[in-house]
Amino acid sequence: MKAFLTRYRFFLSFILLDIVLCLAMSEKGSLAVSSSFDSLIEMLSIIPPIFILMGLMDVWISKETMMKYLGKGSGFLGACFSFLLGAFSAGPLYAAFPLAALFLRKGASLFNVFLFLGTWSVAKIPMMLFEITQLGARFTLLRFTLNLVGIILIAFAMARTSDEEREKEIRDRAEEAETQGQSQQQGSRP
Amino acid sequence: MFTYILYALAAAFLLFSFIKDRKKTAAALRKAWKSFESILPSILTVLMIIGLILTFLDEEMISRLLGSDSGILGMLIAAAVGSITLIPGFVAFPLAAALLSAGAGYAQIALFISTLMMVGVATMPLEARYFGKATALKRNMLSLAAALVSSMILGDLI
Repeated sequence: MKAFLTRYRFFLSFILLDIVLCLAMSEKGSLAVSSSFDSLIEMLSIIPPIFILMGLMDVWISKETMMKYLGKGSGFLGACFSFLLGAFSAGPLYAAFPLAALFLRKGASLFNVFLFLGTWSVAKIPMMLFEITQLGARFTLLRFTLNLVGIILIAFAMARTSDEEREKEIRDRAEEAETQGQSQQQGSRP
Repeated sequence: MFTYILYALAAAFLLFSFIKDRKKTAAALRKAWKSFESILPSILTVLMIIGLILTFLDEEMISRLLGSDSGILGMLIAAAVGSITLIPGFVAFPLAAALLSAGAGYAQIALFISTLMMVGVATMPLEARYFGKATALKRNMLSLAAALVSSMILGDLI
Protein backbone atom coordinates (compact mmCIF):
# COMPACT_ATOMS: atom_id res chain seq x y z
CA MET A 1 0.00 0.00 0.00
CA LYS A 2 2.77 2.39 0.98
CA ALA A 3 4.72 1.38 -2.12
CA PHE A 4 1.64 2.08 -4.22
CA LEU A 5 1.20 5.52 -2.66
CA THR A 6 4.86 6.34 -3.25
CA ARG A 7 4.83 5.19 -6.87
CA TYR A 8 1.61 6.98 -7.71
CA ARG A 9 2.11 10.06 -5.53
CA PHE A 10 2.28 12.51 -8.45
CA PHE A 11 -0.73 11.02 -10.17
CA LEU A 12 -2.71 11.04 -6.91
CA SER A 13 -1.72 14.66 -6.25
CA PHE A 14 -3.09 15.63 -9.64
CA ILE A 15 -6.30 13.72 -8.96
CA LEU A 16 -6.63 15.75 -5.79
CA LEU A 17 -5.93 18.94 -7.74
CA ASP A 18 -8.63 18.01 -10.26
CA ILE A 19 -11.11 17.36 -7.46
CA VAL A 20 -10.37 20.76 -5.93
CA LEU A 21 -10.72 22.31 -9.39
CA CYS A 22 -14.07 20.59 -9.87
CA LEU A 23 -15.30 22.01 -6.57
CA ALA A 24 -13.93 25.51 -7.13
CA MET A 25 -14.59 25.99 -10.87
CA SER A 26 -16.82 23.16 -11.92
CA GLU A 27 -16.65 23.98 -15.64
CA LYS A 28 -12.84 24.05 -15.82
CA GLY A 29 -12.62 21.06 -13.53
CA SER A 30 -14.85 18.85 -15.59
CA LEU A 31 -13.04 19.95 -18.76
CA ALA A 32 -9.70 18.98 -17.22
CA VAL A 33 -11.08 15.61 -16.14
CA SER A 34 -12.64 14.88 -19.51
CA SER A 35 -9.48 15.99 -21.39
CA SER A 36 -7.35 13.70 -19.26
CA PHE A 37 -9.84 10.91 -19.74
CA ASP A 38 -9.89 11.39 -23.53
CA SER A 39 -6.09 11.28 -23.62
CA LEU A 40 -6.15 8.16 -21.47
CA ILE A 41 -8.51 6.43 -23.89
CA GLU A 42 -6.43 7.56 -26.86
CA MET A 43 -3.30 6.28 -25.23
CA LEU A 44 -4.73 3.00 -24.08
CA SER A 45 -5.82 2.37 -27.65
CA ILE A 46 -2.29 2.93 -29.00
CA ILE A 47 -0.17 1.38 -26.28
CA PRO A 48 -1.10 -2.34 -26.15
CA PRO A 49 0.31 -3.33 -29.57
CA ILE A 50 3.45 -1.27 -28.95
CA PHE A 51 4.20 -3.03 -25.68
CA ILE A 52 3.34 -6.44 -27.12
CA LEU A 53 5.72 -5.82 -30.03
CA MET A 54 8.34 -4.69 -27.53
CA GLY A 55 7.90 -7.84 -25.46
CA LEU A 56 8.21 -10.02 -28.55
CA MET A 57 11.25 -8.08 -29.75
CA ASP A 58 12.82 -8.50 -26.34
CA VAL A 59 12.58 -12.30 -26.32
CA TRP A 60 13.22 -12.97 -30.02
CA ILE A 61 15.87 -10.42 -30.96
CA SER A 62 19.17 -11.17 -29.34
CA LYS A 63 21.64 -8.57 -28.29
CA GLU A 64 23.98 -9.78 -31.03
CA THR A 65 21.38 -9.26 -33.75
CA MET A 66 20.54 -5.78 -32.52
CA MET A 67 24.21 -4.85 -32.33
CA LYS A 68 24.72 -6.11 -35.86
CA TYR A 69 21.90 -4.01 -37.35
CA LEU A 70 21.82 -0.96 -35.08
CA GLY A 71 25.10 -1.14 -33.18
CA LYS A 72 28.20 0.98 -33.48
CA GLY A 73 29.54 -0.65 -36.64
CA SER A 74 26.18 -0.70 -38.44
CA GLY A 75 27.01 2.41 -40.47
CA PHE A 76 24.76 3.83 -43.14
CA LEU A 77 22.53 0.76 -43.25
CA GLY A 78 21.97 1.00 -39.50
CA ALA A 79 20.99 4.64 -39.86
CA CYS A 80 18.52 3.78 -42.65
CA PHE A 81 17.07 1.03 -40.50
CA SER A 82 16.62 3.42 -37.54
CA PHE A 83 14.98 5.93 -39.85
CA LEU A 84 12.51 3.37 -41.21
CA LEU A 85 11.66 2.14 -37.71
CA GLY A 86 10.77 5.68 -36.71
CA ALA A 87 8.94 6.58 -39.92
CA PHE A 88 6.63 3.58 -39.86
CA SER A 89 5.41 4.22 -36.36
CA ALA A 90 2.41 5.73 -34.68
CA GLY A 91 1.75 7.50 -31.44
CA PRO A 92 3.17 10.39 -29.46
CA LEU A 93 6.90 10.74 -28.81
CA TYR A 94 6.63 9.55 -25.23
CA ALA A 95 5.52 6.16 -26.51
CA ALA A 96 8.91 5.89 -28.24
CA PHE A 97 10.99 6.35 -25.08
CA PRO A 98 10.52 2.80 -23.75
CA LEU A 99 11.33 1.41 -27.21
CA ALA A 100 14.46 3.54 -27.44
CA ALA A 101 15.48 2.30 -23.98
CA LEU A 102 15.00 -1.29 -25.15
CA PHE A 103 17.18 -0.64 -28.23
CA LEU A 104 19.87 0.86 -25.99
CA ARG A 105 19.81 -2.12 -23.67
CA LYS A 106 20.15 -4.43 -26.66
CA GLY A 107 23.23 -2.61 -27.85
CA ALA A 108 22.06 -0.09 -30.46
CA SER A 109 24.36 2.89 -30.94
CA LEU A 110 23.46 6.28 -29.47
CA PHE A 111 23.36 7.84 -32.95
CA ASN A 112 20.85 5.28 -34.19
CA VAL A 113 18.68 5.53 -31.08
CA PHE A 114 18.47 9.32 -31.30
CA LEU A 115 17.90 9.16 -35.05
CA PHE A 116 15.02 6.76 -34.33
CA LEU A 117 13.57 9.16 -31.72
CA GLY A 118 13.97 12.08 -34.13
CA THR A 119 12.28 10.28 -37.02
CA TRP A 120 9.50 9.17 -34.74
CA SER A 121 8.92 12.77 -33.72
CA VAL A 122 8.98 14.59 -37.09
CA ALA A 123 8.62 12.05 -39.88
CA LYS A 124 5.88 9.57 -39.04
CA ILE A 125 4.49 8.70 -42.45
CA PRO A 126 0.81 8.26 -41.45
CA MET A 127 0.86 11.61 -39.69
CA MET A 128 2.53 13.33 -42.63
CA LEU A 129 -0.19 12.11 -44.97
CA PHE A 130 -2.69 13.84 -42.73
CA GLU A 131 -0.49 16.93 -42.53
CA ILE A 132 -0.51 17.16 -46.35
CA THR A 133 -4.30 17.16 -46.39
CA GLN A 134 -4.37 19.99 -43.84
CA LEU A 135 -1.38 22.21 -44.59
CA GLY A 136 -0.51 21.27 -48.16
CA ALA A 137 2.30 19.26 -49.72
CA ARG A 138 4.65 22.23 -50.08
CA PHE A 139 4.55 23.09 -46.37
CA THR A 140 4.76 19.45 -45.28
CA LEU A 141 7.68 18.54 -47.53
CA LEU A 142 9.61 21.69 -46.66
CA ARG A 143 9.08 21.10 -42.97
CA PHE A 144 10.01 17.44 -43.31
CA THR A 145 13.21 18.18 -45.24
CA LEU A 146 14.34 20.92 -42.85
CA ASN A 147 13.48 18.91 -39.75
CA LEU A 148 15.22 15.86 -41.20
CA VAL A 149 18.46 17.83 -41.44
CA GLY A 150 17.82 18.92 -37.84
CA ILE A 151 17.28 15.45 -36.41
CA ILE A 152 20.35 14.02 -38.18
CA LEU A 153 22.46 16.84 -36.73
CA ILE A 154 20.90 16.31 -33.29
CA ALA A 155 21.54 12.55 -33.35
CA PHE A 156 25.11 13.28 -34.41
CA ALA A 157 25.55 15.86 -31.66
CA MET A 158 24.01 13.60 -29.01
CA ALA A 159 26.34 10.74 -29.95
CA ARG A 160 29.44 12.91 -30.33
CA THR A 161 29.04 14.89 -27.10
CA SER A 162 28.50 11.76 -25.01
CA ASP A 163 31.86 10.31 -24.03
CA GLU A 164 32.13 6.71 -22.89
CA GLU A 165 31.33 7.42 -19.28
CA ARG A 166 28.26 9.44 -20.20
CA GLU A 167 27.15 6.80 -22.69
CA LYS A 168 27.40 4.12 -20.01
CA GLU A 169 25.31 6.28 -17.71
CA ILE A 170 22.62 6.69 -20.38
CA ARG A 171 22.59 2.94 -21.01
CA ASP A 172 22.46 2.10 -17.30
CA ARG A 173 19.68 4.58 -16.80
CA ALA A 174 17.65 3.18 -19.70
CA GLU A 175 18.12 -0.34 -18.41
CA GLU A 176 17.20 0.62 -14.88
CA ALA A 177 14.07 2.48 -15.97
CA GLU A 178 13.05 -0.42 -18.14
CA THR A 179 13.43 -3.13 -15.55
CA GLN A 180 12.18 -1.19 -12.57
CA GLY A 181 8.77 -2.83 -12.42
CA GLN A 182 10.36 -6.24 -12.52
CA SER A 183 12.43 -6.02 -9.38
CA GLN A 184 9.80 -4.88 -6.90
CA GLN A 185 11.70 -1.69 -6.31
CA GLN A 186 9.60 1.13 -5.18
CA GLY A 187 9.16 3.53 -8.05
CA SER A 188 11.27 6.62 -7.91
CA ARG A 189 10.41 9.77 -9.80
CA PRO A 190 7.78 9.66 -12.53
CA MET B 1 -6.24 3.74 -39.41
CA PHE B 2 -2.58 3.27 -38.60
CA THR B 3 -3.49 2.04 -35.14
CA TYR B 4 -5.33 -0.85 -36.80
CA ILE B 5 -2.23 -1.74 -38.81
CA LEU B 6 -0.24 -1.69 -35.60
CA TYR B 7 -2.75 -4.02 -33.95
CA ALA B 8 -2.74 -6.33 -36.98
CA LEU B 9 1.05 -6.38 -36.91
CA ALA B 10 1.17 -7.15 -33.18
CA ALA B 11 -1.47 -9.87 -33.56
CA ALA B 12 0.35 -11.45 -36.52
CA PHE B 13 3.70 -11.51 -34.75
CA LEU B 14 2.08 -12.76 -31.57
CA LEU B 15 0.44 -15.64 -33.43
CA PHE B 16 3.66 -16.46 -35.27
CA SER B 17 5.58 -16.39 -32.00
CA PHE B 18 2.96 -18.57 -30.30
CA ILE B 19 3.21 -21.21 -33.02
CA LYS B 20 6.99 -21.23 -32.84
CA ASP B 21 7.48 -21.22 -29.09
CA ARG B 22 4.74 -20.99 -26.47
CA LYS B 23 7.06 -20.46 -23.55
CA LYS B 24 8.88 -17.58 -25.20
CA THR B 25 5.57 -16.00 -26.15
CA ALA B 26 4.34 -16.16 -22.56
CA ALA B 27 7.62 -14.60 -21.44
CA ALA B 28 7.17 -11.84 -24.04
CA LEU B 29 3.69 -11.02 -22.78
CA ARG B 30 4.92 -10.99 -19.20
CA LYS B 31 7.68 -8.58 -20.22
CA ALA B 32 5.20 -6.42 -22.12
CA TRP B 33 2.99 -6.14 -19.07
CA LYS B 34 5.89 -5.45 -16.72
CA SER B 35 7.37 -2.68 -18.83
CA PHE B 36 3.91 -1.15 -19.11
CA GLU B 37 3.28 -1.42 -15.40
CA SER B 38 6.64 0.09 -14.50
CA ILE B 39 5.95 3.20 -16.58
CA LEU B 40 2.26 3.53 -15.69
CA PRO B 41 2.68 6.07 -12.84
CA SER B 42 4.58 8.43 -15.16
CA ILE B 43 2.07 7.98 -17.96
CA LEU B 44 -0.87 8.71 -15.70
CA THR B 45 0.85 11.82 -14.36
CA VAL B 46 1.49 13.07 -17.90
CA LEU B 47 -2.16 12.49 -18.79
CA MET B 48 -3.26 14.57 -15.83
CA ILE B 49 -0.93 17.38 -16.94
CA ILE B 50 -2.34 17.20 -20.48
CA GLY B 51 -5.85 17.60 -19.09
CA LEU B 52 -4.90 20.72 -17.17
CA ILE B 53 -3.01 22.22 -20.12
CA LEU B 54 -5.88 21.65 -22.52
CA THR B 55 -8.21 23.26 -19.98
CA PHE B 56 -6.27 26.44 -19.40
CA LEU B 57 -4.76 26.88 -22.87
CA ASP B 58 -7.76 26.50 -25.14
CA GLU B 59 -7.83 26.86 -28.92
CA GLU B 60 -9.18 30.39 -28.83
CA MET B 61 -6.38 31.56 -26.61
CA ILE B 62 -3.71 29.94 -28.78
CA SER B 63 -5.26 31.58 -31.85
CA ARG B 64 -5.15 35.00 -30.26
CA LEU B 65 -1.54 34.75 -29.21
CA LEU B 66 -0.32 33.37 -32.52
CA GLY B 67 -2.44 35.60 -34.72
CA SER B 68 -1.30 37.64 -37.70
CA ASP B 69 1.78 39.87 -37.52
CA SER B 70 2.87 38.51 -34.19
CA GLY B 71 6.52 38.78 -35.24
CA ILE B 72 9.27 37.77 -32.80
CA LEU B 73 6.79 37.67 -29.95
CA GLY B 74 4.66 35.30 -31.99
CA MET B 75 7.72 33.11 -32.60
CA LEU B 76 8.42 33.03 -28.86
CA ILE B 77 4.84 32.15 -28.13
CA ALA B 78 4.77 29.53 -30.89
CA ALA B 79 7.88 27.90 -29.46
CA ALA B 80 6.53 28.03 -25.91
CA VAL B 81 3.10 26.65 -26.79
CA GLY B 82 4.54 23.95 -29.03
CA SER B 83 7.11 22.91 -26.43
CA ILE B 84 4.80 22.84 -23.44
CA THR B 85 1.56 21.47 -24.81
CA LEU B 86 0.94 17.92 -25.96
CA ILE B 87 -1.64 18.37 -28.66
CA PRO B 88 -2.06 15.26 -30.80
CA GLY B 89 -1.34 15.73 -34.51
CA PHE B 90 -4.92 15.06 -35.44
CA VAL B 91 -5.89 18.18 -33.48
CA ALA B 92 -2.78 20.26 -34.15
CA PHE B 93 -2.79 20.16 -37.97
CA PRO B 94 -6.38 21.35 -38.41
CA LEU B 95 -5.68 24.02 -35.79
CA ALA B 96 -2.55 25.10 -37.65
CA ALA B 97 -4.48 25.22 -40.93
CA ALA B 98 -7.15 27.37 -39.29
CA LEU B 99 -4.52 29.71 -37.88
CA LEU B 100 -2.81 30.02 -41.26
CA SER B 101 -6.02 30.97 -43.03
CA ALA B 102 -6.70 33.45 -40.24
CA GLY B 103 -3.46 35.20 -41.12
CA ALA B 104 -0.82 33.61 -38.93
CA GLY B 105 2.73 33.55 -40.23
CA TYR B 106 4.19 30.42 -41.85
CA ALA B 107 7.32 30.60 -39.70
CA GLN B 108 5.25 30.74 -36.50
CA ILE B 109 3.10 27.82 -37.57
CA ALA B 110 6.11 25.77 -38.64
CA LEU B 111 7.75 26.52 -35.30
CA PHE B 112 4.60 25.56 -33.42
CA ILE B 113 4.34 22.25 -35.33
CA SER B 114 8.06 21.47 -35.07
CA THR B 115 8.34 22.13 -31.35
CA LEU B 116 5.11 20.25 -30.75
CA MET B 117 6.69 17.24 -32.42
CA MET B 118 10.25 17.42 -31.11
CA VAL B 119 10.23 19.25 -27.78
CA GLY B 120 8.31 17.89 -24.80
CA VAL B 121 8.45 19.85 -21.56
CA ALA B 122 5.56 17.96 -19.98
CA THR B 123 7.09 14.60 -20.86
CA MET B 124 10.60 15.56 -19.77
CA PRO B 125 10.31 13.76 -16.40
CA LEU B 126 9.39 10.60 -18.31
CA GLU B 127 12.25 11.07 -20.76
CA ALA B 128 14.64 11.74 -17.87
CA ARG B 129 13.64 8.48 -16.27
CA TYR B 130 14.72 6.62 -19.38
CA PHE B 131 17.86 8.52 -20.36
CA GLY B 132 18.81 10.69 -17.38
CA LYS B 133 18.11 14.36 -16.74
CA ALA B 134 21.12 15.80 -18.54
CA THR B 135 20.47 13.83 -21.72
CA ALA B 136 16.77 14.65 -21.77
CA LEU B 137 17.52 18.33 -21.28
CA LYS B 138 20.17 18.30 -23.99
CA ARG B 139 17.94 16.58 -26.53
CA ASN B 140 15.12 19.05 -25.88
CA MET B 141 17.39 22.11 -26.09
CA LEU B 142 18.96 20.93 -29.35
CA SER B 143 15.50 20.15 -30.74
CA LEU B 144 14.29 23.63 -29.84
CA ALA B 145 17.28 25.17 -31.63
CA ALA B 146 16.76 22.99 -34.71
CA ALA B 147 13.05 23.84 -34.78
CA LEU B 148 13.82 27.57 -34.59
CA VAL B 149 16.34 27.55 -37.42
CA SER B 150 14.29 25.32 -39.73
CA SER B 151 11.08 27.35 -39.14
CA MET B 152 12.81 30.60 -40.00
CA ILE B 153 14.18 29.05 -43.19
CA LEU B 154 10.72 27.67 -44.01
CA GLY B 155 9.18 31.09 -43.46
CA ASP B 156 11.62 32.53 -45.99
CA LEU B 157 11.31 29.79 -48.58
CA ILE B 158 7.58 29.26 -48.71
